[in-house]
Amino acid sequence: MSEQATLSQTALGGARYDAGIATIVEAPLQGMITLRGDLASAKVKNAATGVAGVDMPGQRQVNCVEQSGIAWMSPDELLVLCPYADVAANMAKMQKTLGKGHALAVNVSDARAMFHLGGTHARDVMAKLAPVDLRRDQFTPGMIRRTRMAQVAAAFWVDGDDRFSIICFRSQAQYVFDLLKIAAQPGSEVGHI
Amino acid sequence: MSTRLATGGRLLTKDKPVTFRFNGKQLRGYEGDTLASALLANDQMLVGRSFKYHRPRGIVASGAEEPNGLVNMGDEGKFEPNQRVTTTELFDGLSATSQNHWPSLEFDVGVINKYMSRFMPAGFYYKTFMYPRAFWKHVYEPFIRQAAGLGKAPKARDVDTYEHYHAFCDVLVIGGGVAGLLAAKTAAQSGAKVMLIEQTAHWGGRAPVDGGTVDGDPVEDFVEKTVAELASMENVTLRNRTMGAGVYDHGYVLGYERLTDHAPEAAGPRHRLWRVRAGHIITATGAIERPLSFAGNDIPGVMLASAVRDYVANWGVSIGDRTVIVTNNDDAYLTAFALKFAGLEVPAIVDARPAGDESPAMAQAKALGLRVLHGHGIAKVKGNKRVTGVAICAQAGEGAVLEEITCDAVAMSGGWSPVVHLWSHCGGKLAWDDAQAFFKPDRDKAPTGADGAGFVTAAGAASGALILSDALGDAHAAGQAAAKAAGFTARKTKAPKGETPAEAPMLPVWMMPQGASAPLRAKAWLDYQNDVKVSDVQLAAREGFESVEHAKRYTTLGMATDQGKLSNINGLATLAGALDTPIPQVGTTTFRPPYTPISMGAIGGEARAEVFQPIRRTPMHDWHDTNGADWEPVGHWRRPYAFVRDGESTHDAVMREVVNTRQNLGLLDASTLGKLVVKGPDAGKFLDMLYTNMMSTLKPGKCRYGLMCSENGFLIDDGVVARIDEDTFLCHTTTGGAERIHGHMEEWLQTEWWDWKVYVANVTEQYAQVAVVGPNARKVLEKLGGMDVSKEALGFMEWADGEIGGFKARVYRISFSGELSYEIAVDAGQGQAFWDALMAAGAEFGAMPYGTECLHILRAEKGFIMIGDETDGTIIPQDLGLNWAISKKKEDYLGKRAQARSHMTDPERWKLVGLETVDGSTLPDGAYAAGEGVNANGQRNVIGRVTSTYHSPTLGRGIAMGLVLHGPDRMGEVISFPGTDGKTYEARIVDPVFYDKEGEKQNV
Repeated sequence: MSEQATLSQTALGGARYDAGIATIVEAPLQGMITLRGDLASAKVKNAATGVAGVDMPGQRQVNCVEQSGIAWMSPDELLVLCPYADVAANMAKMQKTLGKGHALAVNVSDARAMFHLGGTHARDVMAKLAPVDLRRDQFTPGMIRRTRMAQVAAAFWVDGDDRFSIICFRSQAQYVFDLLKIAAQPGSEVGHI
Repeated sequence: MSTRLATGGRLLTKDKPVTFRFNGKQLRGYEGDTLASALLANDQMLVGRSFKYHRPRGIVASGAEEPNGLVNMGDEGKFEPNQRVTTTELFDGLSATSQNHWPSLEFDVGVINKYMSRFMPAGFYYKTFMYPRAFWKHVYEPFIRQAAGLGKAPKARDVDTYEHYHAFCDVLVIGGGVAGLLAAKTAAQSGAKVMLIEQTAHWGGRAPVDGGTVDGDPVEDFVEKTVAELASMENVTLRNRTMGAGVYDHGYVLGYERLTDHAPEAAGPRHRLWRVRAGHIITATGAIERPLSFAGNDIPGVMLASAVRDYVANWGVSIGDRTVIVTNNDDAYLTAFALKFAGLEVPAIVDARPAGDESPAMAQAKALGLRVLHGHGIAKVKGNKRVTGVAICAQAGEGAVLEEITCDAVAMSGGWSPVVHLWSHCGGKLAWDDAQAFFKPDRDKAPTGADGAGFVTAAGAASGALILSDALGDAHAAGQAAAKAAGFTARKTKAPKGETPAEAPMLPVWMMPQGASAPLRAKAWLDYQNDVKVSDVQLAAREGFESVEHAKRYTTLGMATDQGKLSNINGLATLAGALDTPIPQVGTTTFRPPYTPISMGAIGGEARAEVFQPIRRTPMHDWHDTNGADWEPVGHWRRPYAFVRDGESTHDAVMREVVNTRQNLGLLDASTLGKLVVKGPDAGKFLDMLYTNMMSTLKPGKCRYGLMCSENGFLIDDGVVARIDEDTFLCHTTTGGAERIHGHMEEWLQTEWWDWKVYVANVTEQYAQVAVVGPNARKVLEKLGGMDVSKEALGFMEWADGEIGGFKARVYRISFSGELSYEIAVDAGQGQAFWDALMAAGAEFGAMPYGTECLHILRAEKGFIMIGDETDGTIIPQDLGLNWAISKKKEDYLGKRAQARSHMTDPERWKLVGLETVDGSTLPDGAYAAGEGVNANGQRNVIGRVTSTYHSPTLGRGIAMGLVLHGPDRMGEVISFPGTDGKTYEARIVDPVFYDKEGEKQNV
């Protein structure tokens, strides 16, 4: 397995684009576990916080430190983030915590692609693609949006330096990367946000 | 002649000359010119021909309302037709050509229509091209298509890029004139986040041209000061060259920003479509001057009075040396003064109003020595391609000529109409203002939001406050109201005081002279672009088109690209006159977005070229692409149809793949098939409801094929279900069905069976899945090593987790081909490496990749159905002979009740059979089987149709499946399928399983 792990590939092999008004980088493999259950239940909460090492996020919130975190996805769904190499162990740990309670934990790490978007104009670039109020006082660090970027589903959050973390489906990684490149094309500054 | 004046032109940068081309002629202008002002400066008054009669047309206006000055802009990838010269900023190297003429603008053959005009009245096309019916398609339509169309369609691919932008604000102000500026400032003072957009490159609207003072200072100082203030406010965004295109529900507004139209070499997108969600909207869109309806008012050189003074003041261009002013209001006197101050002649001010109290404007005219003809009108304009003079008559009469005045320009003003378009887009109602003779927004009937409160406020001239002092007061109040509506507390400020000379009341004039004779009315244009005259609207009224919407469509009034900005009010006033009905009772036509045309590129935004559509790619996509994949779209996925080798046709490749898979080893990228995890104590019960067969009895480690129906009984999907553990199932769906079936499951769980303990997750993309198919399938897996894949350890329709060649894998013994087959799922990130390993290890066993067409042939040889081929939304499992997959033990499943209805159990329903051509040829896809006799429409009766048809290399003949009336009872019968190629195909009804009927090959 360890030999194979080194063969693990992201969808675009770490693609990046620096020639525009924002920097786009495909993130390395990121562990992601979808956890569905009653978010009020202690077992579900403990299963998530136990492996992520962060507090439970509120509605439309994300708590994330480096590669570990929890994102609120819907009233009965969380996305638990962890280092890619730890997914199997964390899944087992979560199953143990969940016990016989009704919940679903499933590995979706390979089903997704992740991008980081940074730079002075990052918010404007995102505003070209997502119908989200991205003004600095409206979309703040700690928030997550499950929304769309142009024609596909996406989820994203932002840190204090206006650096976005964007998750999309793996099969659409090339599309999302191309979208971001076009939205960040030279000369396309908006200066609205 | 129109020419550039030595002085004036406040918008010009005179030390920056630019050159441009019009119809191939090289011309000069200045930075700051519009294409219109630059053309006029070069005496290019004639800019096009009208749509119907090909009359010569000159520039009439100076802004977005211009109906005539439409040109083809640019070349090749930058070509765009119907660009308005008055809103096109001049740039160095601009190239434009005029439209709707042949062979040249100066000499146009189509002008013959002009002489035919008395034979081409309103409704001409409707009346003339009715009969004979067959002529429509072959004679009339081609003729009309030749004649129709302003501009040419672009031929080359657009080289520019476009984008959207999602913006949010508390108050959006549309229009950057004095009213918009003040409203924005007032609203912003409350702390609200304000966005102000202006369609032109300049702030202040037409106030700097029309003059007046604000708090004692010239109005242009007020504009400059306010813009500076707004620019310095943190909570204000200013955007010029951005038109408010449309207002929609819930405070949604489209803004159209033209980024590089004036600087085509600049980097970045050409247009940006702003998708603004505003708490409250202020429409400060100004007003548009109306033409007067007199004979010859379309002759080049006749222009709106406001436009004439705009060209003088803004761009230092005179329209003519001698300009006659014709008006029904005081405002047009400003034009006379502007011309006079520029040193030009104004032979007369023809004022339709009878002499009365002298207004300041009239007094000034007198002081300047201008001749004012009260109670007079223009009987007709003389000239052809250019005004040469006017004939004067009494406004009260029928047009008897009192005198002729030589002139080369006419400046007309029929009063002003507030631009109510954006107010009206989302349902804002209008009120008729009798004194000023215009429709203005009805304050009490604003477009309303979800809470029932109005979300649009009109400000300034757009709300009917034409006079500067009124406009400022109105805009100030609008700014405060908008701030309040957006949830802020307006600061108590006073409106600045505007001052302009008092004006005498205007007089509504809808026809000049009021009793104009028929020949004059037939030359008095309402709609310049579509050639609609006063006489046409009157004819429409006589013929019974009383509704303004009907009259509009019958006459085409206001239906051109300018959407009747100049013609609308004059047209409906004419209709009202003809119907003897008050104007407000006639009403207006509907104002629809966009305010002026916006580019298709802006609407499409980024969605072009490589991101036109999101293409979904499997982990092995690139490998397929470099190994000859002939792509086929399946949903948004791209799947290889076949892997075509050098020197091979696609058909050859498919045949090779089928033979190889049957004889050696084929590899299929099956990653696109949907994979849904269904888990919970009630998962079995849930799947029993979703599938027609029993899933709850499936043992962990086993697989079962299942059918899914809608509640109407029709087949919607199929696939193999694997039971993972007591609580967990993995449901495979079709490639196109993954998201749909996921949604289907969620809908039932969320709306009907919300108390069932089941969770679903779509894990389709977590895995790369490879079908390893053929007699050598087990050999390659054993060579790679790892888990036991023998028949004993992993039987047909079983699955197991393990490792193959070092890859963590889940292996399903399922077969859609009839061969020994394993479908192996690995993590998507490992997909390419696993594929490479299989190809390498499989080389000695004859491994070849195969595509979807090979898959189809393999399954058709086995008589397996395909959702979308054998089904089309009207097919139930019973039609396909799939009764074995319908549980009789279950109390219920989705579709069960529907399948028991009389029509569903009708023995006349066509049933699935195999079809074998008598001569071995391949049946045409979708062909119908012809039966005896004809139906009520005289068409031949049909008794069946082909659902799948292929050439089978395995059997060396054409095979097909089809739905046939009483099919299963007619085995051996030969029926005929007339093809669209003229041939009739004879086919024998046979069992749909053509190959390995006992299923021995897959079970080894």
